[in-house]
Amino acid sequence: MNNRKYIIGFSMAFLGLIFIVRLFYIQVYTDKYKLDSRNNVLRYITDYPARGLVYDRKGRLLVYNQAAYDLMIIPKQTLPMDTDEFLNLISLPKKDFIERYNKARKYSSRKPTVLVSDLSAEDYGKLQEVLFKFPGYYTQPKTLRKYPLKSASHLLGYISEVDQQIIDQQPYYKMGDHIGRSGIEKQYEEVIRGRRGRRIILVDVFNREKGKFEDGAYDTLAVSGKDIYLSIDAQLQQYGEQLMKNKKGAIVAIEPKTGEILAIVSKPDYDPNMLVGRIRTKNFERLKADTLKPLFNRALMASYPPGSTFKLINALVGLQEKVLTPDTKYTCYSGYNSGRFHMGCHSHASPINLEFSIQTSCNSYYSNVFRSIIDKYPTAEQGFNVWKNYVNSFGLGSKLNIDLPGELGGFVPSQSYYDRYYQKGKWGSLTVVSLAIGQGELGITPLQMANISAIIANRGYYYTPHLEKSGFHQNIQKNETGIDTANFNLVVSAMEKVVENGTGRAARKEGIAICGKTGTVENPHGEDHSTFLAFAPKDDPKIAISVYVENGVWGARWAAPIAGLMIEKYLRDSISDPALEERMINGNLINPDEE
Amino acid sequence: MRNRHNIFQLLDWTTILLYLLLVFIGWLNIYAAVYNEEHQSILDITQRYGKQLMWIGAACVLAIGILLIDFRFYSSFGYALYITMIFLLIAVALFGTEVKGARSWFTFGGMAIQPSEFAKFATGLALAKYLSSMNVKVKDLRTKLISGVIIILPALLILLQPDTGSTLVYAAFIIVLYREGLSGKYFTVAMSVAVLFVFTLLVRNLEWNLPFDFTLSGGWILVFILAIAAVIITIVFRKIKYVWQVVLVLFVLSSGVIMSVDYVFDNILKPHQTKRIDVLLGLEEDLKGAGYNVNQSMIAIGSGGGFGKGYLQGTQTKFDFVPEQSTDFIFCTIGEEWGFMGSSILISLFIALFVRLIMLAERQRSSFSRIYGYGVVSILFFHFAVNIGMTIGLAPVIGIPLPFISYGGSSLWSFTILLFIFIKLDSDRLNIL
Ligand SMILES: [Zn+2]
Repeated sequence: MNNRKYIIGFSMAFLGLIFIVRLFYIQVYTDKYKLDSRNNVLRYITDYPARGLVYDRKGRLLVYNQAAYDLMIIPKQTLPMDTDEFLNLISLPKKDFIERYNKARKYSSRKPTVLVSDLSAEDYGKLQEVLFKFPGYYTQPKTLRKYPLKSASHLLGYISEVDQQIIDQQPYYKMGDHIGRSGIEKQYEEVIRGRRGRRIILVDVFNREKGKFEDGAYDTLAVSGKDIYLSIDAQLQQYGEQLMKNKKGAIVAIEPKTGEILAIVSKPDYDPNMLVGRIRTKNFERLKADTLKPLFNRALMASYPPGSTFKLINALVGLQEKVLTPDTKYTCYSGYNSGRFHMGCHSHASPINLEFSIQTSCNSYYSNVFRSIIDKYPTAEQGFNVWKNYVNSFGLGSKLNIDLPGELGGFVPSQSYYDRYYQKGKWGSLTVVSLAIGQGELGITPLQMANISAIIANRGYYYTPHLEKSGFHQNIQKNETGIDTANFNLVVSAMEKVVENGTGRAARKEGIAICGKTGTVENPHGEDHSTFLAFAPKDDPKIAISVYVENGVWGARWAAPIAGLMIEKYLRDSISDPALEERMINGNLINPDEE
Repeated sequence: MRNRHNIFQLLDWTTILLYLLLVFIGWLNIYAAVYNEEHQSILDITQRYGKQLMWIGAACVLAIGILLIDFRFYSSFGYALYITMIFLLIAVALFGTEVKGARSWFTFGGMAIQPSEFAKFATGLALAKYLSSMNVKVKDLRTKLISGVIIILPALLILLQPDTGSTLVYAAFIIVLYREGLSGKYFTVAMSVAVLFVFTLLVRNLEWNLPFDFTLSGGWILVFILAIAAVIITIVFRKIKYVWQVVLVLFVLSSGVIMSVDYVFDNILKPHQTKRIDVLLGLEEDLKGAGYNVNQSMIAIGSGGGFGKGYLQGTQTKFDFVPEQSTDFIFCTIGEEWGFMGSSILISLFIALFVRLIMLAERQRSSFSRIYGYGVVSILFFHFAVNIGMTIGLAPVIGIPLPFISYGGSSLWSFTILLFIFIKLDSDRLNIL
């Protein structure tokens, strides 16, 4: 045992000796590791790839890069010079220059600092010719994102410099890099950003380049970002934004056959160019403080009650569950009464059948339909769960997984929700009857609303709504509702009547078979919200749309005419009723007095 | 009983002096590694050298505190400390802050603590307590198994974070077991496994295409060759008793090792770790990725020459050419600025510390103190060997700090605690039986 201490001690000393021999080899014996024996140092140059461009479905440019230049300074390398001539070139007052120079010196005398950012191309041109006279200054190219249509701000998103948190989490990013923060810029960041390259060059003590290090063996080439093609129709998108001017709300338009998004408008919004370059921080703070929440993407993130549009789903579930036929008649004496319970309705003929119930949007009819679905089963819980499964199959109560960040799933209450609220076994179809007319706890985003329209247009199924068309989106699925096509056809004919001579007449366009449904959503905080969902043409649907106008009073007043105009614009590219168009564009629901 | 007054006279001042010298050298070089003209105040706590100075101060307080605690505390609470550390390791793997893909840190405000650093001394204490208890002999299988569990448990928990470097450190405890009587055979077996391991890595990516669309991968080729060798050996030595049984067992064990290498590589190690090992074995020329750090570090050290460029005159370690230059690659700064002279002096200082610690361990009357002493020297030695080995291209790039030198509060404190508990035990050696 006693000799083991020697074995251990000598082994450790022996390794120490091996290290010393190895160090002698590296440091003294060989020249292999002495690349800086002439005091050369390596300088790393990063090549930034151009960020990918974004196009709409017809190849119109939505986002591009504009060249810009920063004037950099390395204080330690500056020499006495003709300051006046220099400042004239960059049109910078001497006072500002001195201030910035001192700030740069204080930060670091050997590291480069930005002296003037975003030089105009003109200033850059003049400067570049004479810059050799001013050692310690150089220009550094960079690019700024530009949005030529000044539109689709929520959808496209914005980019900004990475912060320390991102650098810690994602090792790819280095200080000064940009990253997509929202919208498409964020969703497709990895595709669109490309990969940065790095070159290593040798420089001597006088900062003179001495060529590539080891003939470029360590260099990596920059890979430029890939372009993204969106399903958006830029013209329709802009038209929607114009119609929603001075209103709060959203429009979503989908091509039903594919699930491609044609337009996705959220108002109020902002000009995406506001969040670029030097002005970004200031504008961002201002937008964030705005009480109208222009940064908030209502199309994906606002969860509204669906109102009467939801009656379509209850009709479909009732038909599928065979508690409702086209000939089922219910009475309505200005509302629905059951014991002491009363739900109001407007005045119309009575009794009525299914088609007319959709046409006139009767509350009483749907209270009866809804209760017959729930009460078909032995217990209210069972009936409710059957109903809820149908509702979920319409893509409600969970995210649709559109390829944009921040989507909300909305809310469809569950059995356990009511069990907690009313106690288990203490609630029934009458307790939750407000679901019949799309009120109560329901929350649905404008995107989900447009998707319901697409499902009806397709007579029973939908594709995952999506924006990206060039193949980077891998997860587009076909989803079935499990409700028969024949039942959809009944509802579709009724929806056609809604527009022909029902509550949705304001959306009517001569020669286009538009099917739609209005909705008015009670709003305890002010004027009711106005909503409309529609698709067209009836037999070969090309567009399904939802329009939601906050404080729009009735579905028929704002939402229906806007939907009609959008459909006409998309299908015909012309407007038959310019007076209506003008009234919609000029309508101001935010500050009505300014009209 | 001795009188409390001479507690400081009984301390081993050689070890303490070596400790202070190493910590001072460490700080000088952290200063050099992050030095720039603008921040010259050594107390600037926005800079790493300022923070390190704070941590050194705290470490001194910690050391004095350890010396003031009664020596019996360390043996009595050996298991309790160990169990506490195990819980902390579980907690950090579940709730720790994730930094660069590993959950190794607890953060409170601006402070960050790495429990895996502190688990080392706790494991040393627990192992010493167990091996020094009555009727425990390393020769018994039971002892080997329990010691194995004490060592491997924290290692596995650290692997969950995952922090491969800190996990491997626990392998150092085999030196302690060896000193306490673990048969040299186990060393031979361990070495053979290591050789087989490396060999498997070398042939791992080979492929042998056979007829009928049948491909034999490197691992299987090796198993195949071993099988042939086993048959030949059995035939040649057939006269010897039990030869085929022994050969069979050896064959099964080796095949197990070979197959598990593939498993570890494909399922446990991260891509960047397997890449580093491949680069070290010369299987991959990757000067841009994993090989790049080592190449840069060797250029920095090599450029130091015989006598170095002088303090604060290094160019390679400035400008961030060398990664992690104040933590894992601090030896580069020393090599560049102090040259062969400086770096070999530093290595000699470490060896002197190790030899001194072995001498102290051997003069203990209690086996608890001796075993703990060997634990200390083993841990320090492992860090030293792997850290310097990687900067000069002799070991794979495994991120573990150089004791007392590298930047970092957790590691400095943990090494200080580790060492000073032993210094305390040593100063009371005449009282401990
Ligand atoms: Zn009615």
